[in-house]
Amino acid sequence: MIWLIGIGGSIGAAARYLLGNLIFTKKKHSPFPFGTWVINITGSLLLGLLANLHQSNDINDGVWLFVGVGFCGAYTTFSTFGYETITLLQSNKKFLAGIYVITSVILSITTAAIGFII
Amino acid sequence: MKLISVMLGGFFGAIARYSIGEWIQTSNGFPIGTLLINLLGCFLLSWFLTFLTVKKHLSAEFTLFIGTGFIGSFTTFSTFSVETILLFQNGLAVYGVIYILVSIILGLMFAYLGSKFAYINEEKGETQ
Repeated sequence: MIWLIGIGGSIGAAARYLLGNLIFTKKKHSPFPFGTWVINITGSLLLGLLANLHQSNDINDGVWLFVGVGFCGAYTTFSTFGYETITLLQSNKKFLAGIYVITSVILSITTAAIGFII
Repeated sequence: MKLISVMLGGFFGAIARYSIGEWIQTSNGFPIGTLLINLLGCFLLSWFLTFLTVKKHLSAEFTLFIGTGFIGSFTTFSTFSVETILLFQNGLAVYGVIYILVSIILGLMFAYLGSKFAYINEEKGETQ
């Protein structure tokens, strides 16, 4: 059981790393952390969907632990979000930092709710 | 090798998150486990990455293993979002709002402290 979480987590971390790098190369000249932003919003949508399926017993505990706890949990990240915000503040980009925090929170929770309802 | 380092860190980070989450049992429905994990992770990642910008003695693989892999996977944004939705769904809207505010405000404070802590360590290292 713990292996399912670990393997899901390793795939989630790999997806975050690869997608993060891909977005970074496309948005190289923007100080806004688009990579983590997109990752946290899409991961919240997927976990909302899975949480609903798990509550209604449409997916079993194994799928929940592998994709939900492992993959989605590791794909999304709170620590990088915190670090990126502090970095923006320290380079005096207060407006961007505010936009980053507010849109991350509102859009992640909204997409999680959409995933949970559909 | 870099991708393998990230995956190995992600493997242990996800397991650590689950184990601590199971260990910290909540009695009143407030997701204290994820909160503590995210706060601890914010401090550790900021400390680690700031430490690296001051002292660059570590290999890229080790940095990716610890930072992107382990700490990145240890903390989670999706669980935070879904737990907030569940609090609102269960009629605990006040807890939901408190959870959002405490996560963000303390998370950023811990990240700030982590980066400050890295500089303090560096200054001590120079004087010794």
